[in-house]
Parts: sequence; structure tokens; C-alpha cells
Amino acid sequence: MAGVRAIVAGHGQFPDGLVSAVGQITGLGHLLVPFSNVGLGREEIEAGLRALLVQHDVLVVFTDLPGGSATLAVRRVMRDVTGMTLVTGTNLATLIDFVFSDESMAPAEAARRAADKGRTALAVVSDS
Amino acid sequence: MAIALYRIDDRLIHGQVVVGWGTPLNAGAIVVVDDALAESDWEQDLYRMGVPPHIEVAFVSVSGVPTMHAKYAADKRPTIVLTGDAATMLRLADTIPHAVREVNVGGIHHRPGRVQKLRYVFLTGDEEHTLRDLASRGVAVTAQDVPSARPVPLADILAGTQC
Repeated sequence: MAGVRAIVAGHGQFPDGLVSAVGQITGLGHLLVPFSNVGLGREEIEAGLRALLVQHDVLVVFTDLPGGSATLAVRRVMRDVTGMTLVTGTNLATLIDFVFSDESMAPAEAARRAADKGRTALAVVSDS
Repeated sequence: MAIALYRIDDRLIHGQVVVGWGTPLNAGAIVVVDDALAESDWEQDLYRMGVPPHIEVAFVSVSGVPTMHAKYAADKRPTIVLTGDAATMLRLADTIPHAVREVNVGGIHHRPGRVQKLRYVFLTGDEEHTLRDLASRGVAVTAQDVPSARPVPLADILAGTQC
């Protein structure tokens, strides 16, 4: 079984929910590790993310809000950890594309392509 | 409306502030009072990244509070003023006596030495004293993470019975 490829971080149950949904749809939820900011202060969020990045030896983090505390924490980590990639504004389509990306593809490239896919998945359907 | 909210939040500018409070208040400005941040361009850029362009963001030191207050109190746009801890909010309030009537405790999270009081409020003994000092100056101190939540009075915060 392939190892973890990215962290999914954000508010409330959003990370767990997205990872759960990825697992339900693709069976590849184990490639992602959720990290919620619930109950955590600024330093604890940063420390928690740093620990997960080291534990799973990954350099890609998906977050929910551009200005959210998880995103800000990742940006701080990126000051002293080279090679990291942050994708913010993450949606389910983004993560599904990411977990299906070829393992031979560089994680940063896979993240960029996934972000493009997620962007195009956002649509408005209206009868007015 | 001038300054619509004085908030203690150790995450400072984040989703709950920008979206949760900023939207219903129709905030036009967010001011962070923090001596260290006021000196760090990089950190300021980081926080600005998540704020929509129609909201002005300013960073001032405690010594800059009188000027800040004069400017934003006269501004028609609702302004949110943030500090990252209770001690800074007390210093802020003492800098502009009687101007701060209400303080919102929005998030003081777990750290060694702090005791849980609410789901999102953990306090040391010193921080409890600081919040009491604020109240003794006539400031109404309540905890409320988001606008839809019930404000919790200081006495109930300190009692710690609503964790």
C-alpha cells in the first residue's frame, strides 16, 4: 500500500470530511492525513503540522481558506522548510485528482495539476 | 459605527475573524495591536494574504493605539481591533481610558500552564487576573467565538463550568 502523500488541514471537521469523502469515492483516503485546527492556538497548529510533515515525510499541504489559521501556519513552516507546496481553497475534486496522480510525478506538480482540476470543478448551475 | 469589536484572539486574523465576524459586521478595517507584528513586514504580509481587498488591514504597536483609535473611531466603516492576548488588550484599554466598553474573548487556546474554561478559552492565573482588571475598569468582558454563539459573561468564563 502506498504511503501518505499529503496533509489536509483546515477548520472543524473539514479535513476529516474531505479525507473521508476521498476514501469513499476512490479507496485512496489513506494517502491523505487530516489535521483540524479545532481547539488549537497559533503555535500548536504550526507545531502539529510540522510534526505531521516529518512523521509522514511529505511536503504537500492542502488547506481550506486562504486566510485561515492552518494556511498561515503552513506559510510559516515554508519559511524554513524548502520544497513545500501549499494548495489553499481545496475542494473534493482537487484531492481526488491528487490521489489519482501518477506516483512518479513530483508531488508539487501533482498538486498544481490537482489545483487546476479543482478550480474547473467549481460551477454554478441555475435556471434563472 | 467606528470600532465595532475589540477582540482577544491568539490566532489574530483568521477565518473566524474575517468571515465569521467581518461579514455580519460589514467590517471595513481590521487593526491588529501587537508590538512584535508591528515590526515584522513578513508577518504582516502573511496576515494580509487572507483578507479581501475591500478590508483595510493595519498593524500597530500599543504605543500607536491613541493615533489608531482617533483614526478608526472617526471612520464610518466598522472596524475590528484584535490583540493576541489579554495583557495587550489591558494595555490597549489603559492607553485610551473609557474608550473600550466591551471586549470579546474570541480564542485563547491551550498552552502549558493554562486551564480550560470554555471550549476555546484556556487561561493562566495571570490571565484570569488580567481579565478581571479589564472588568474593573468598566469593560464588559464576554467570550463568544462566533456571532451566532451566546456571549458568556466573565464570571461564567472564570467559573469554568461550561467547558
